[in-house]
Amino acid sequence: MTHEIVMAGFGGQGVMLMGQLMTYAGMLENKQVSWMPSYGPEMRGGTANCSVIISDEPIGAPIITEPTAVVAMNLPSLDKFEPALRTGGILIINSSLIEQKAKRSDVKEYRVPSNDIASELGNLKVANMVVLGAIIAATKAVSQESVMQAFAKMFAKKPGLLEINEKAIKRGAALVEGK
Amino acid sequence: MAEKILMKGNEAIGEAAVVAGCRHYFGYPITPQSELIEYMAKRLPQVDGVFLQAESEIAAINMVYGAAGAGARVMTSSSSPGISLKQEGISYIAGAELPCVIVNMVRGGPGLGSIQPGQCDYFQATKGGGHGDYHNIVLVPNSVQELVDYTILAFELADKYRNPVMLLGDGALGQMMEPIAFPQGAAAAPAKPWATTGLRGRKEPNVINSLHIQAPDLEKHNIHLQAKYKTIRENETRWETYKTDDAELVLVAYGISARVALSAMEQARAAGMKVGLFRPITAWPFPYEALAPLAGKAKAFLAVELSAGQMVEDVRLAVNGASPVYHYGRLGGMICSPKEVLGEVTKIMQGKEGK
Amino acid sequence: MAEIAFARPESLHDVPFHYCPGCHHGIIHRLVAEVIDELKVRDRTIGVVPVGCSVLAYNYFNFDTQEAAHGRAPATATGVKRVHPDSVVFTYQGDGDLASIGCAEIVHAAARGEKITTVFVNNAIYGMTGGQMAPTTLPEQVTVTSPYGRDPEKVGMPIRVCEMLATLDGAKFIARVAVNNPANMAKAKAAIKKAFEIQMSGLGFAIVEVLSTCPTNWGMTPLEAVAWLEKNMMPYYPLGIFKTPEGVAK
Ligand SMILES: Cc1ncc(C[n+]2csc(CCOP(=O)(O)OP(=O)(O)O)c2C)c(N)n1
Ligand code: SF4
Ligand SMILES: [Mg+2]
Repeated sequence: MTHEIVMAGFGGQGVMLMGQLMTYAGMLENKQVSWMPSYGPEMRGGTANCSVIISDEPIGAPIITEPTAVVAMNLPSLDKFEPALRTGGILIINSSLIEQKAKRSDVKEYRVPSNDIASELGNLKVANMVVLGAIIAATKAVSQESVMQAFAKMFAKKPGLLEINEKAIKRGAALVEGK
Repeated sequence: MAEKILMKGNEAIGEAAVVAGCRHYFGYPITPQSELIEYMAKRLPQVDGVFLQAESEIAAINMVYGAAGAGARVMTSSSSPGISLKQEGISYIAGAELPCVIVNMVRGGPGLGSIQPGQCDYFQATKGGGHGDYHNIVLVPNSVQELVDYTILAFELADKYRNPVMLLGDGALGQMMEPIAFPQGAAAAPAKPWATTGLRGRKEPNVINSLHIQAPDLEKHNIHLQAKYKTIRENETRWETYKTDDAELVLVAYGISARVALSAMEQARAAGMKVGLFRPITAWPFPYEALAPLAGKAKAFLAVELSAGQMVEDVRLAVNGASPVYHYGRLGGMICSPKEVLGEVTKIMQGKEGK
Repeated sequence: MAEIAFARPESLHDVPFHYCPGCHHGIIHRLVAEVIDELKVRDRTIGVVPVGCSVLAYNYFNFDTQEAAHGRAPATATGVKRVHPDSVVFTYQGDGDLASIGCAEIVHAAARGEKITTVFVNNAIYGMTGGQMAPTTLPEQVTVTSPYGRDPEKVGMPIRVCEMLATLDGAKFIARVAVNNPANMAKAKAAIKKAFEIQMSGLGFAIVEVLSTCPTNWGMTPLEAVAWLEKNMMPYYPLGIFKTPEGVAK
């Protein structure tokens, strides 16, 4: 099984971190993983995105042209990546910022009001973690436990952050699983 | 090997250099390799090393010349436009036979070009670049782990042959993250009795120099260099093959393109086409002798590279007319997808020429 | 001194700037464009812009421009001016570009008394490549290549370009300005205008250094950035006219 996931949003929405945590989690599960960011001028003011591959096979090209899942944190990202999604693919839409629905009927759409949930949790910064919870629940590419382990490793110097981020991930996952 | 960690390619090169015992780095910021200079700025002071941001790439490479001549394991890094500026210094380094490591995370060109990944500096890296009859050893890794392994190897080869070694990557390899493990260390640097360390009791002064004002002397020096290059060709040519034994079409690709080509090859195999992949690991010396025997067996070759056709010339030299050699490339910082390559493969396999 | 007009100068295309919020590059572009309009030289102006955040200035300036290699704009501009001596040629350079990689080019253009004008945007950092140390970065200032703060013991003190170039006979007009408030903007515009007039009267080389912000790489809001510039940059880089030819009124 090979998951090819594109995560996209405004710079500052934390899409790079989401991707890195998922990649890290995959590594902890001894899967083959790669993470590849967009970089350069397209990041200034525009959208930032990263490609995450998690696979049981060695990874060839780290570049994704037909994702199995897309996370759109803002409208330009949805417009840009929805058409590329594979048939039957997973589309996570940050419905706090995007009113538009999926245009395609051959994909699985999950609408996640991540900013609203994050502000309910008392910290807008964890909106990306809500979405991360949703994407791992929807794709099952890695387990929640591995993501939390990855988080603990990446933020070893800030253990205080763990609790709120875990809550955010759980909320995102619950949303998908309740569906 | 230690526990696996997740690291960006550019930073992995920096840590690998530290593992290899490099304690001197001189560089100038440029995208897409800035994470490397930034990593060195942070890391080298922690190991009592010297990090210096030079005022230009010209200055940086000349600082490398000085440090290498003084006996240090030293590195500089840049991307295409900056590497062009370094060419004069690299020629001097090759002439004076100084060991050093030069990293080029290639971007689209020519000119200021783009900052997206490219492989369009192949000619510059392998066929001279600067003036004079010289060669860099050119390593072309294709994963973050290989960036680590070949950075370390680069220092070892530089010292072994007193020759500049270029690590030729690209913007994509530098930016991507993959799990890696660092080996315990590199072979220790050999003694460098030729280095200008100050006499310190030595009787004969050491001189680091690329000037041989008498033509016969310079010719002798050149003959010596050529003999060294021959030894390097014989001992250090590296490559890898995948499923070439029964292949009717052999893809030839290095670096990031080899990753794309590998995916395309697997897809072609799944569709019943007998396709293999030949991957040079040293771009200089190019593995002509390893590739040549495949020419008798395979019906055709397809070079895949992010350029308008540079490495393909070496493929043609190796194949020497025995089979057709096609080329597929994207330009200017665009990356080709496995699907595009598969399209080319299919055309060739069906006898409808690649472009 | 004309009012700072808010209508778009003819010398600027009607396109939005790509600069980050609070960046001074946009203001400085506008001042240059206004000066060129007022001097009525748009049709014989050639701008030379090397690499830096302003590398896309050719999209904004509505006159001929050349994009130059990093640091080499004064040399490129020299070539342009020598081919078209009646043209008005200026370079628009960042601090990394002018004071680091292009230090030789600017010194020799000034020394030759090259009849060009240089607009030098000093934001104490490499903006475009993501916030590395510049030769103008202040002591203790943290950047991604001076993560422990700029240490003058190891990399020296920042270069004061105006003061340095003032020793060269060929440099006829040298001023340092800022655009942190309307009054200073007016002074900045006057200085830029003077620098163009010096070129047009054939006197020699002229340069205006503009202290500028980079909120993005300084990690500040636009307002914090202006306050930081006033508190830290202005004391080290005093504003003023360092050199002006006799007979040319201030
Ligand atoms: C030969 C070469 N080396 C490095 C670069 C990368 N580069 C582009 S702009 C820049 C520095 C920009 O800083 P500055 O001149 O201060 O302009 P700012 O972006 O701050 O306005 C660098 C290092 C390049 N384009 N060419
Ligand atoms: S990075 Fe800095 S200099 Fe560049 S546009 Fe943004 S604020 Fe201006
Ligand atoms: Mg600057």
